[in-house]
Amino acid sequence: MNEANIAAPGSPAPTEPTRIDPRLLEILVCPVTRATLEYDSKRQELISRAAKLAYPIRDGIPIMLPEEARALEE
Amino acid sequence: MSAPGQPIAHEIFDRSLARARLERALRAFTQESGADFLLQRATGELADRLSLVKRTFGVAVDLGTPGPHAAMALAGDTRIGFVLRAAPTAEGIGEGTYARIVADEERSPLADASCDLIVSILALQGVNDLPGALIQIRRALRPDGLFLGCVMGGESLNELRQSLTAAESEIRSGASPRVAPFADVRVLGALLQRAGFALPVVDLDRAVTRYGDMLAVMRDLRAMGAANALVARSRAPLRRDVLFRAAEIYAGRFADADGRLRATFDMVWLAGWAPHESQQKPLKPGSATMRLEDALRGPGEGGGQGFG
Repeated sequence: MNEANIAAPGSPAPTEPTRIDPRLLEILVCPVTRATLEYDSKRQELISRAAKLAYPIRDGIPIMLPEEARALEE
Repeated sequence: MSAPGQPIAHEIFDRSLARARLERALRAFTQESGADFLLQRATGELADRLSLVKRTFGVAVDLGTPGPHAAMALAGDTRIGFVLRAAPTAEGIGEGTYARIVADEERSPLADASCDLIVSILALQGVNDLPGALIQIRRALRPDGLFLGCVMGGESLNELRQSLTAAESEIRSGASPRVAPFADVRVLGALLQRAGFALPVVDLDRAVTRYGDMLAVMRDLRAMGAANALVARSRAPLRRDVLFRAAEIYAGRFADADGRLRATFDMVWLAGWAPHESQQKPLKPGSATMRLEDALRGPGEGGGQGFG
């Protein structure tokens, strides 16, 4: 069987915020700019610096839709 | 024909409306409704087709399938290392041994050369830019990666289209598009090739389903979240008199001997590989490394390689 759970193997106690599978960060890019994404575990967001967008992660599920993303200031 | 890579300016489908319809349908879905019969059939077909491919896949992505069926099938395949379901909506995304994201298959979040297998069941008929979506899929595949997809196409729902058009033009002296246009098999084959897939194969799985009446066909479409999402659709709901006349025409033209009505669903299967050195292709003339004479002499004679 493959182990494709959202929680990485050996992940810490359930009190910690949900962690996304690190392999997702290798597969996913920003759908607008095709640039790599940074994972913000505190805010549960995937950040696209180039597009100035933060894609939300809801219940451990990254929502990769630009219209659902938060615009970053600066 | 537009130049490759050039974005198609006009929108055919209202994608956010389609997503909203699908969400509503998935919320209302019950196992008993059986409205996922096409997905079930296509998923069985997918498993069959995959079983014929003798290899393992590190990363497999289910792109856009409007139900968890395909991702579950992939997750159950021991030859696949990691399964990601890129769902059209978080509604009904499913729990299982696969990673999950929400994505739009027209604006893919998959990195270049990141996947070994991409499957997509009954999703791509609803994108505005199918050539673009196929190019994105091909680019997301590693060299020698496989795309296996199934789109609604061909003669799908031609009975419903004809009946609604005839009734509307009879009663209102004009018709509006009530059923989305579908790409035919040859066009889809050409698109695969144009998107840069090697060894493209296209074939048709026709499911002729039988219904009690036309309204049952439309109910099923709504339950699949597949009701009309054309941008050019008429904003006015179908008038009752048009609907009833269409139902009469449908019953008159498309009934079997027992009075049940036919509805055609053409599922067009697409397969293609991301190009790789190892794939079979014709050799360049004059590039042979062995003389024909030697080849014909066969093994065991005069320095042949031998075949074991």
